[in-house]
Amino acid sequence: MKSETLAELNAERAARRPAILVTDVASGVQRLVKAADIAADPLRNELSAHLRMGKSGMVEAGGTRLFLNVYAPTARLVIIGAVHISQALAPIAKSLGYDVTVVDPRTAFASPERFPDVPLIAEWPDVALPPLNVDHYTAFVALTHDPKIDDPALLHAFARDCFYIGALGSRKTHAKRGDRLRGQGASEADIARIHAPIGLAIGAVSPSEIAVSIMAQITATLRLLPKEKDQAA
Amino acid sequence: MLNRDEDILKAAEDWHKSGHGVALATVVETWGSAPRPVGSNLVINDEGTFLGSVSGGCVEGAVVTEALDVISSGQPKMLEFGVADETAWNVGLSCGGTIRVFVEKVG
Repeated sequence: MKSETLAELNAERAARRPAILVTDVASGVQRLVKAADIAADPLRNELSAHLRMGKSGMVEAGGTRLFLNVYAPTARLVIIGAVHISQALAPIAKSLGYDVTVVDPRTAFASPERFPDVPLIAEWPDVALPPLNVDHYTAFVALTHDPKIDDPALLHAFARDCFYIGALGSRKTHAKRGDRLRGQGASEADIARIHAPIGLAIGAVSPSEIAVSIMAQITATLRLLPKEKDQAA
Repeated sequence: MLNRDEDILKAAEDWHKSGHGVALATVVETWGSAPRPVGSNLVINDEGTFLGSVSGGCVEGAVVTEALDVISSGQPKMLEFGVADETAWNVGLSCGGTIRVFVEKVG
């Protein structure tokens, strides 16, 4: 690998931007394709499929065997609300490889006893979120049921283009939330991005089951094409 | 996506910048049961120091030896490891799989 390629790859990784290293394994010739350049690449179909699955692998192109090594950032989960569902959700997300952070300004909720081994920020979203550098490789869930906490957090998630945004609440609650968020400048497209009621419809009852349904929906959003997602929903 | 051992590439860059010969080994194909997934990296410098893993310990020794060769020749190599065969000193994967490892020089 050329040292410039290695430096470029490390810069992309440090910025939490995905990149794919394409190697002709017969000759050793290599090129780095940044996420933003995939659409214009002759290998765009193979590259985007491998990136979506987060999977490296060998492909054939024009009679040569190419190895695609996918370097994608570690996905993160930001949970607004140190509530009962969050206590079940955080360990499941960790086991799936997510970096998890819980935000709740209510210190009685956001206590280390209730959330061992999870980074916990007992601050309001306007203080807690900007330093977290929430980005496209972040799943974002608002679970407090309290508009004072959830609403500003959701506006932040829209602005940072999180790949998944979910919020707890019935259809009726969600309709009211939509009105409030519109009043604070959210667009129809923003509102449409919220998964609410949150989670896949698996008949979840307990907090743990709801956590499973949320994590399943996040996984589907991460891995499936839009058409496949409709079938899963 | 959910990659955890990525700082080894930073180490490779730092080693190279400080004047070391550096090689990068990558698992490019696996068959059967393989201890580390395709895409896993191991970096090696000219002192034989290595970071990362391509097999969870089974064949790292052999990869490091080959990597020192690649550092001096500059020519990339494709290595293949399967189950250790009748020659007891041959390295291999006790789990029964086969892996192919691409080794290249940095620089």
